[in-house]
Amino acid sequence: MADAITKDTWPDALYDLLRANGVTQFCYVPDAGHRVLIDRSLADPDVHSVPLTTEEEGVAMVAGADLGGQRAVLLMQSSGVGNCINMLSLTQGGRFPLLTLVSMRGEYGEGNPWQFAMGQAVEPVLKAMGAIVLRADHPAEAIEAVTAGIVMAFQSGQQVAVLLTQRLIGAKKF
Amino acid sequence: MAKLNKLQTATLPDAVLDRRQAVPALIENPGDFLMVAGLAGTAWELSALTHESPSLFGLAGAMGAAPMIGLGIALAQPKRRVLVATGDGELLMNVGALATIALQNPPNLTIICVDNGHYGETGNQESHTGLGVRLDTIAVGCGFPVVHTINTQADMAEGRRLVREGGGLTFILLRVVEGPATHDGKKNLVPHIERDRFRAALLG
Repeated sequence: MADAITKDTWPDALYDLLRANGVTQFCYVPDAGHRVLIDRSLADPDVHSVPLTTEEEGVAMVAGADLGGQRAVLLMQSSGVGNCINMLSLTQGGRFPLLTLVSMRGEYGEGNPWQFAMGQAVEPVLKAMGAIVLRADHPAEAIEAVTAGIVMAFQSGQQVAVLLTQRLIGAKKF
Repeated sequence: MAKLNKLQTATLPDAVLDRRQAVPALIENPGDFLMVAGLAGTAWELSALTHESPSLFGLAGAMGAAPMIGLGIALAQPKRRVLVATGDGELLMNVGALATIALQNPPNLTIICVDNGHYGETGNQESHTGLGVRLDTIAVGCGFPVVHTINTQADMAEGRRLVREGGGLTFILLRVVEGPATHDGKKNLVPHIERDRFRAALLG
């Protein structure tokens, strides 16, 4: 399986990986970088697919899922990290498992100047709030990093963000 | 001096109920629920009401979290009734959560907003609802199938019935006068201890 991971297959492999590890609540603010995961969750009768109005809702929902005995994942774009900052005091203080996949803007090859401020702040902001940051630049790394993040979050109770970088998902020109 | 005027659309009567009586009277049997209480007044009064039940997750920070924590629990535990109690200030901070929750439409979730129209913890400044913003109307607009507003004692019986019987996703606006919430003063809400207690009681 792992040797078949390509730029075309990693998003589906990522969804299968999350499902195989018992993730049943998918919450997200829509983003092109997460399109496959979102579409797969919407087509999956065995999960809850939850569009949010702002990403901080998802941090609270992840905590609620844990209190109820389920596993959740929060999908967001790098700009959404900024919307989550104070809410991460819930997951940090409560020692809740948090797994979030962040599709990056404002870095490698970015063509929209508005994206840089938050894109460049993602790592320091997440680390300041106690999250562990993993990066994935290539398709195989995405699977490896999320595999590691699942263990760190759900077994060890850490807050883990996997950054799906623009080397992986492609830079936008707008 | 700058002054904030009441909205011209503000049509609700002045609140008359005292939360110290109205909240326990509305909830009646807290043992029937998994509960989330937002900061700060509602966390204190539900903590006192339930004698610090492990089925209550109370917040003393992360303002705006309570409704979405409730959604996560409600989706994970479809056979249990989930009750969120939160103040007007907290609900206003993350009011989009009502839209998110309505789209999921979990039938086992009830949200009670204890609306005193003020930020009670920070100097009792008037909140948006105190100046006429209507959270019950917002809940209707978001698509909550059941919305009930409690202005006076006469509205309590229907509120109690909705809480007790549960007829689908419900939003109850409990309008109370400004004033202190019941606070037994014993509990210092430590988030990771709250989490461990809640999970141990529910999940074993």
